[in-house]
Amino acid sequence: MEQYLYLIPALPLIGFLVLSLAGKYLSRNFIAGIGAGSVCVSALITIILGVRFLQSPPGTVYTQLLWHWFLTGHLSADLSLRIDALSLIFICIITFIGALIHIYSIAFMRNDRDYARFFASMNLFVCAMLLLVMADNLVLLYLGWEGVGLCSYLLIGFWYETPANYRAANKAFVITRIGDTAMIIGLFLIFKELGTLYIPDILIQSTQHFNSGSATITLIALLLLSGGIGKSAQLPLQTWLPDAMAGPSPVSALIHAATMVTAGVYLISRMHTIFELSPLAMHVTAVIGAVTLFMAGCSAMVQTDIKRVLAYSTISQIGYMFLAMGVGAWSAAIFHFFTHAFFKALLFLAAGAVIETLHHEHNIFKMGGLRKEMPVIYYTFTIGAAALAALPLVTAGFFSKDQILWYAWSAGGGHPALWALALSGAFITAFYSTRLILVVFWGDMKTTPGHLPSGIMTVPLIILAFFSIAGGWIEWPHNLLHISLFSEQVQQVLPVTQLKPHLPEEIVFQLIAVVVSLFGIYTGYALYYRQSELMTLWRQSANVMTVRNFLLNGWRFDQLYDTLLVRPFLFITRINKSDVTDKLYTGIADIHLQLNKLFSFFQNGSLRWYVAGVLIGILFIITLQLLL
Amino acid sequence: MSSIHAHTVLIVAAILFVLGLAGALIRRNVIFMLLSIEIMLNAAGLAFVVAGARWQQPDGQIMYLFILAMAAAEVSVALALVLQIHHQHKTLDIEQLKELKD
Amino acid sequence: MILIWMICILLSGGILCWLTAQRLPLLAKWIALLTVIADMLIACWLFRVYEAFPDNTSWFINYQANWIPSVGISFHVALDGFSHLLLLLTFFLGILSVLCSWKEVREKTGFYFFCLLWSLAGISGVFIAMDLFLFYFCWEIMLIPMFFLIVIWGDARRRYAAYKFFIFTQVGSLLMLLAILALYFIHGRQTGNYTFDYFGLLHTVTDGATAKWIMLGFLFAFAIKLPVVPFHNWLPDAHSEAPTAGSLLLAGLLLKTGAYGIIRFVLPFFPEASVSIAPWMIFLGVTGIIYGALLAFSQTDLKRLIAYTSVSHMGFVLVGIFSFSNIAMQGVVMQILTHGISTGALFVMAGMLKERLHTRDITQMGGLWTSMPALGGVAILFTMASAGLPALGNFIAEFFILLGAFAGNPVFSVIATLGLILSALYSLRMLQKVFMGQQTVTVPVKDISTREFIIMAALSISIVILGLFPQPVIDTVRHLSTIHPSIHE
Repeated sequence: MEQYLYLIPALPLIGFLVLSLAGKYLSRNFIAGIGAGSVCVSALITIILGVRFLQSPPGTVYTQLLWHWFLTGHLSADLSLRIDALSLIFICIITFIGALIHIYSIAFMRNDRDYARFFASMNLFVCAMLLLVMADNLVLLYLGWEGVGLCSYLLIGFWYETPANYRAANKAFVITRIGDTAMIIGLFLIFKELGTLYIPDILIQSTQHFNSGSATITLIALLLLSGGIGKSAQLPLQTWLPDAMAGPSPVSALIHAATMVTAGVYLISRMHTIFELSPLAMHVTAVIGAVTLFMAGCSAMVQTDIKRVLAYSTISQIGYMFLAMGVGAWSAAIFHFFTHAFFKALLFLAAGAVIETLHHEHNIFKMGGLRKEMPVIYYTFTIGAAALAALPLVTAGFFSKDQILWYAWSAGGGHPALWALALSGAFITAFYSTRLILVVFWGDMKTTPGHLPSGIMTVPLIILAFFSIAGGWIEWPHNLLHISLFSEQVQQVLPVTQLKPHLPEEIVFQLIAVVVSLFGIYTGYALYYRQSELMTLWRQSANVMTVRNFLLNGWRFDQLYDTLLVRPFLFITRINKSDVTDKLYTGIADIHLQLNKLFSFFQNGSLRWYVAGVLIGILFIITLQLLL
Repeated sequence: MSSIHAHTVLIVAAILFVLGLAGALIRRNVIFMLLSIEIMLNAAGLAFVVAGARWQQPDGQIMYLFILAMAAAEVSVALALVLQIHHQHKTLDIEQLKELKD
Repeated sequence: MILIWMICILLSGGILCWLTAQRLPLLAKWIALLTVIADMLIACWLFRVYEAFPDNTSWFINYQANWIPSVGISFHVALDGFSHLLLLLTFFLGILSVLCSWKEVREKTGFYFFCLLWSLAGISGVFIAMDLFLFYFCWEIMLIPMFFLIVIWGDARRRYAAYKFFIFTQVGSLLMLLAILALYFIHGRQTGNYTFDYFGLLHTVTDGATAKWIMLGFLFAFAIKLPVVPFHNWLPDAHSEAPTAGSLLLAGLLLKTGAYGIIRFVLPFFPEASVSIAPWMIFLGVTGIIYGALLAFSQTDLKRLIAYTSVSHMGFVLVGIFSFSNIAMQGVVMQILTHGISTGALFVMAGMLKERLHTRDITQMGGLWTSMPALGGVAILFTMASAGLPALGNFIAEFFILLGAFAGNPVFSVIATLGLILSALYSLRMLQKVFMGQQTVTVPVKDISTREFIIMAALSISIVILGLFPQPVIDTVRHLSTIHPSIHE
């Protein structure tokens, strides 16, 4: 099996090469076949690989060396792939959900002019993302890391003729680049300290080389964390993700919900030893996660653009993952990534179908009454939203989020304050999920639907909906059922979560979480279905509207950065456009020109000037003679 | 002869020279400038003669003869040039002639 | 001997072009193309001599003939891996520069190709000359034809740009000449053997202050050529006014002679003095990275923008050389090669756009991706290369340099790394202004032709190969770690 590992990223790469080089000569069906087919075959290989992996003894690692990339002195990096349980989970999600989204896109992008370019970029993305999670050294990981950034840029700006789209693309690239730069400095520091960039070596050597909590390891961990923050749109680098919704919906589903934005989660859990050696970095991760999930959730409550609601919700859910990692609940974080990938991809795809059917209408308050018109979309969307709201026992989201809530209090790095933030986040999530369902699908119809989505689009939705329900059943809370298929696998790679001593019963926390979620759903129901008077009261109150606008603009982070960074930068570049050092040289040239003018003034051809010059000269010499 | 002091003659020569110089600077007509130069030459000659008389040497008078010869040669060449300039440019104004450089 | 043949082929090819172009301009183009291709083949054939030197560390070819023996001037050329790589780059970009002037040059074709080939001959001479007098000679040979290329076939402000270029580089050259003469006389006085030979002068004993002044003479010339930031002002003007092939040669090769000179002459000749000046040089390099990037961001002239990105990228070279790290030194060589290719490609692209739109002003472009999808794709590839995206050669170069510099100078290395953010900013701005948005140009624009496709394909393939398989390059220049005693892992 190992010798076929390379096929998993290679197939999408071949797809990309064919489509980008020969795209304009191919028919649409052929393009779709290559674009979706390559990822589907990758997914198949991954599934076969996954089955083999589950049968093999625990701790198995598949590796394949493709070629030696470079070797100079101690520095070496190979193009070699390495799969353990953690990578395998990511690969499964990437290829499987990737394949579904590619199939969906066949129909979704059918009428687009640049069909080949779309699939080429998507295939390149899948390839880069796979390299990211299959890399056995940090340089190759960085290759994938930047590669997904590039594809994200290309796909956000896919409809490049609209200024808002390419601005969003630029913003996404630049902001993630800031994180990436911090990360690569982290790589330099790791190499300086340990002399290697091979991931297994780093993990082993760091425990021997560093004392727990030493300044260097904390610095390394924080730098890596910054990389993760940029990619995963966490505070304070989260502002690019809502704008990134300018891309086509399948792009949002694949890149900005299921896979790329969770690259930060992958990086941190991959380098978990470094983080565990630095309690400070763990705390920072947890706090960033908790604050992000709360702030982004608040913004999601008031958004009117359906995709922006989902975008803020993605930021918020990744905040949960960071929180889980920060408190040391590694397996819970990865499990939430797993379930979140399904239901968030589902939500984006369904939202894409709604938008497409309503003639590119994004505003949820211009939707409504679609329950009867689009039943398949309605039911699948509802399943996704229920999973997002963590409806107890029947949805996958419940199982993963419940774990995180429990560990936010009880795990080694847990704290009641973190738990409180996570719990309020759960309430907010339930609230805006309900709001979304009620506003979009219930009530009166405000826009007449056009063409209903075809079968090619609905089948992926149904498959994803199935996993949004069933995906959670492989891992149950310990006090309910003893099924822990997922954590068994993950804990081959990641440490087992350590609990604090003297804890209250887990069931108490579960009940509180359930009650809070249900209360969130009820609040949404009361405000948006019953049209309670509170809403009208709020609409008239200036203070409430100020708060609403503040949240709508994402806590005004954009304005803050605009004033602090963007404007000064533009000012500096603008005033120095003509290069101030040039003044020095033009200055030298000017002095010579002036001298030239001066002397040519004397050399004017007037005989009388010359006579006067001679006279003055003589007088000067005579005076000198007399004086000296 | 001896009743006239050498200083006095030298002052006369200096005045002559300054007059000539001022003429050369101020006049715009080429002919007048030539005249002024002649005056300056003669001032120099006068200085030579008086110096020769002061030290009882013949050199001063010899130098004056040289100056005379040179002035004659100069005037003849210069006047020929003036004629040509007048012929070609229809003017003897030095300020206008200056514009013709290059 | 084969090395001299390479230069002779170029020189005679140039004369032949000049002679034939009067009657048959097309023949002149073909002669120019075949001349450079012939040299490229010879340079490729030179790989065979490697077999005799499995340890890969010494001079493969060493040829010396008398020239002016009375003053110790000889015709001494030699080749090691580093020179060989630069020769390959020279001929590769040479072929492309002939190809991209195919349609662009319409008048005085013969003289144009004469200048082009002679400039190439001078550049290749610089890379193999092992006699300081010969080096200086070639240094001037490459300069003067380039001056004519700019002043005759340049754009509107070509005279200004050409004079600026000439004066800047000439000031540097003269200082270098003084330094060479000083070295010559000091060596002669010490040993009684007056020679300009590289290996003869290599171990000249000079006391600290003298060494410093002589080194500054060399360094000044190379710093202007590289360019180092306060002396970079000739570059944007020359690059933006030169014809496409001229920009290609300037960015791809002429700048590299500065880096080559520092590595080949400054470090081995003045080991102590170069260590003492290293912090300043790294400071200037980092300044160049940041300052060049800031300037590139604000430009509206496409070629000027690309020119400033060169300033920024050459800052990395300076940082890499003076951090005295083996890894960084490999990175410098990679940067020399990949910057030549990627920036060359961007200049070729700018040339293609100018040919079609008759402007270099990016505010007048926009939305060109729609009508030129292929060029758009290539542009993304090369702007990303210039922004240091992994899998493309520039990443390897910048990664090595920054990693190597980090061990000794973490602070400067971190500041230089911030240049990566700025490079993303100016790259994206350029892409956006040229290719994205609504198409504003009303004239119909054609996508790339076959000839242009060949140029771009060659450049794209080589940048990707350098990014994925850099090991052969690294092995070839492994011996550079021995040129200076302080170079460490």
